[in-house]
Amino acid sequence: MNLSASSLWLIPALPLLAAAIGALTPRGGRSLASGAAIIAMVGALGLSVAALGTALAQPAVHLTDNFTWFSIGTDAVRLGWLLDPLTAFMAVMVSFVGLLIFIFSLGYMKEDANFTRFFCFLSLFAAAMLGVLVANSLLLVFVCWELVGLASYLLIGFWFHKPSAAAAAKKAFITTRIGDLGLLLGMLWLYHVRGTLLFYDGGNGVLEPSSLALLSHGKIAGGIALSTAIGLLIFCGAIGKSGQFPLHVWLPDAMEGPTPVSALIHAATMVAAGVFLIARVYPLMLADQHLANVSVHALTVVAGIGAITALLGAAIAVGQNDIKRVLAFSTVSQLGYMMLALGVGSWVAAIFHLLTHAFFKALLFLGAGSVIHAAHHEQDMRRLGGLGKRMKVTFATFAVGMMALAGVPFLFSGFWSKEGILHAAHAWPVSQLPLVAGLIAVVLTAFYMTRLVAEVFLGSPRSDAASHAHENSPVMTVPLVILAIGAVLLGLIGTPAWPWLQSNLGGVVVPAESIFEGPGLMVLSIVLVCLGLGVGWALYGWRKRRDAFAPDPLAAAMPGVFAALAAKLGFDEFYALTFGRLNQLLAVVADGLDRWVWGGIVSGVAWMGEALGTFDREMDESGLNSGFDAASEKLRGVGNAYSRAQTGEAHGYLRTLAVAFVVLALLLLLGGVL
Amino acid sequence: MNLSFALIAFLILASAVLAATRRDLIHSALLLVGNWLGVAFFYLWAGAEFVAFAQALVYVGAISMVVLFAVLLTRRTRTELPLLVATRDRVVSAVLGGLAVFGVLAVAVLRTPLDINPAKPAASVSMLSLGQQLMGPHAAAVLIVGVLLTVSLLGAVVLASSDADGKGEAP
Amino acid sequence: MNLLQACLLVSSALFCIGLVTALSRSNTILVLLGIEIMLNAANLNFIAFWRFSPAGTAPATGVIFVLFSIAVAAAEAAVWLALVIALYRHQQNIRLQEATRLKG
Repeated sequence: MNLSASSLWLIPALPLLAAAIGALTPRGGRSLASGAAIIAMVGALGLSVAALGTALAQPAVHLTDNFTWFSIGTDAVRLGWLLDPLTAFMAVMVSFVGLLIFIFSLGYMKEDANFTRFFCFLSLFAAAMLGVLVANSLLLVFVCWELVGLASYLLIGFWFHKPSAAAAAKKAFITTRIGDLGLLLGMLWLYHVRGTLLFYDGGNGVLEPSSLALLSHGKIAGGIALSTAIGLLIFCGAIGKSGQFPLHVWLPDAMEGPTPVSALIHAATMVAAGVFLIARVYPLMLADQHLANVSVHALTVVAGIGAITALLGAAIAVGQNDIKRVLAFSTVSQLGYMMLALGVGSWVAAIFHLLTHAFFKALLFLGAGSVIHAAHHEQDMRRLGGLGKRMKVTFATFAVGMMALAGVPFLFSGFWSKEGILHAAHAWPVSQLPLVAGLIAVVLTAFYMTRLVAEVFLGSPRSDAASHAHENSPVMTVPLVILAIGAVLLGLIGTPAWPWLQSNLGGVVVPAESIFEGPGLMVLSIVLVCLGLGVGWALYGWRKRRDAFAPDPLAAAMPGVFAALAAKLGFDEFYALTFGRLNQLLAVVADGLDRWVWGGIVSGVAWMGEALGTFDREMDESGLNSGFDAASEKLRGVGNAYSRAQTGEAHGYLRTLAVAFVVLALLLLLGGVL
Repeated sequence: MNLSFALIAFLILASAVLAATRRDLIHSALLLVGNWLGVAFFYLWAGAEFVAFAQALVYVGAISMVVLFAVLLTRRTRTELPLLVATRDRVVSAVLGGLAVFGVLAVAVLRTPLDINPAKPAASVSMLSLGQQLMGPHAAAVLIVGVLLTVSLLGAVVLASSDADGKGEAP
Repeated sequence: MNLLQACLLVSSALFCIGLVTALSRSNTILVLLGIEIMLNAANLNFIAFWRFSPAGTAPATGVIFVLFSIAVAAAEAAVWLALVIALYRHQQNIRLQEATRLKG
């Protein structure tokens, strides 16, 4: 099957249409909304597979279809669609995982009154995410990026009458916005320098050699190259969206949304968009690698932040008691791994891990959703237990996901993808610190996942909800099984024995040696995984928790550290104290300005207008009116004076006549007429 | 010529002055009749016979009757009203005014070089020519005067009889 | 002073006597008689000029004028008779200075 680049827009268009149908469907039209969403996703999946076929035929080529959106004067804003292996693999993953989660939601959200709204938003999200993937222009990516953020806000705050959910949605949106500001600045700067935002445009795109040469040679203040600066600004967007340190604080709170939302958005797809973005603009990030006299390389920063995040996420996950919080911090940690991979130079390893992570993390979240649904929304680990006997399918698939995440060797995809990252980190010439951080995180990951599984599924039920739980309907368990199969099989295409994925992603055939220099590191990581599993079993699986109020064994061992981890290392409180207070201060200043300065000016103008009016009125009344009145009085006075001549006496009139005649005659006489 | 003129002039002026100053209205009216006769004599002296007859007929015959009727109809009492101060002032100012007017007129008359030929009196106007003039070029004026007379007499009748309340003595 | 001027002086004197009569007497009838005197004086003037006018001018104009003047004087006399009667009916005497209803 083939799909040309010019028809690529159909892939996001189908879910968008489903979203429109969902928006117009009344609350009772559940089948219509969900049916449209699922059919759209099936269609998108089919088209994505066709696109994959096209891309695999020529893996090294970027097929594009560009068009002009609008032009102003001589400048034109051009957009386009891009088809290459990266796009195709990501699109297949998003539509496949998305489809499974949509089907899962049919069962999970059955009792919810806002069923149609949920599917409308889900479709919108799917459309936006697919749009990010197929875009050939940084501008188009940004537009769909923001739409993805909007869909995330709508879905996190789906149960908006819960104050915590509404607050979490706001927090997610604002935090990612901070990152997006950097992305916007980078975008604008890039446009200013290059005049285009298309990635590949027959030689003129920003990721093509001519642009890269230009950008890497431009220098700005501080001794860093232009491409480094722009790349780091774009990376800011990825930091926000992918929950990297220091903007990771929104991801745990985002668990307020329904669990399918957590699975789709905050595990498999949206948070991976940041990783995808960096992978997409990787040539730009690489552009400064050959320069020796710069103060910092872009990828070094990426690697550093990724390493910190990986370690941080794993550590905090150890101290959490809510199932979804553990999984959320686990996501943060795994995203850190992906950024680490990008930073040390292997974007292929990062994308491979992204694909496998999508499967097993979605599986884990859906499994958690199954547990929560069965236990009537009980999410605290300490109050669950013994669910393994009661929910066998969920337990089995959850265990598969856990082993994939922890990196249990050979059978599970997570092992192979993580190995790829560790090998790339080992091969990094700059520093081995990311490798060390990654290895420590391997231990912690195995440890906290064992803790989670032991507390939830093993032992005996520690609450009524747990004891009454039973397996869910097939509409919820079948997707779990499919994802579990995928979590296992996906590893097969990326092993060193057959690096099919790596070769096709990168476009060059990758020899086995480049991703596997020897068993040393692999053995080390296997040992660490076993260490983590062992300690976890010892603490939580061997001596099972008896009741919900018993303290955590780790808390007994190291109370201070555990308390700090349980409190998420205080990031939220720190931000509230600093940035929160600053924002409040600015708000107070703005309010004061508004009320006293601008309001004062407006009032002043109004007062002046009033004064002018009063002055006018006074002038009118005193000046004009009085003037007119005085004139009228004068006239009346004159009239009165004249009327005094009308005495009514005939004698008087006659006398006047006679006198007048005399006067006239005298005048004429003396004037010389007579 | 001059003697008759002087006599006529004396008659006219004396009767006028006397008529002006009498207290009794009947005396004034009768003296005025003498004045009008004098004027008629003057017309005869001047050679305008028809006008003299017209003057005598109209003034002496009709208008004096009208005056007498008016006097008799508006008589209230025989007592004479006292002379008010205002009346005396009015008389003084009237006399002064009259003298002023006369002065002006006299000066005007005397200073104008009037060109006459007294030796050649104007030809008398015959009745025939007068009739022809009246009925010819001045016919319109005759008609108008006829209308005027009719209107004024009718108006006088209306005026004199229009008091609906019947205040005062009915004539 | 020729004869014409003497005639004119006489008529002027008569006019002034009539004016004085009209101005000074308070009896309405006497005021009206004064007016009649003035009219007569004017007529005298006309005839005097007619008498001494040069030959060749329209011979009858002065006479005709005076005729008309006498006719109008007759009409006027009828009207002032009615006026006096109305005035007497209104204020029971015929003092002119009491008829000031038209005072403005």
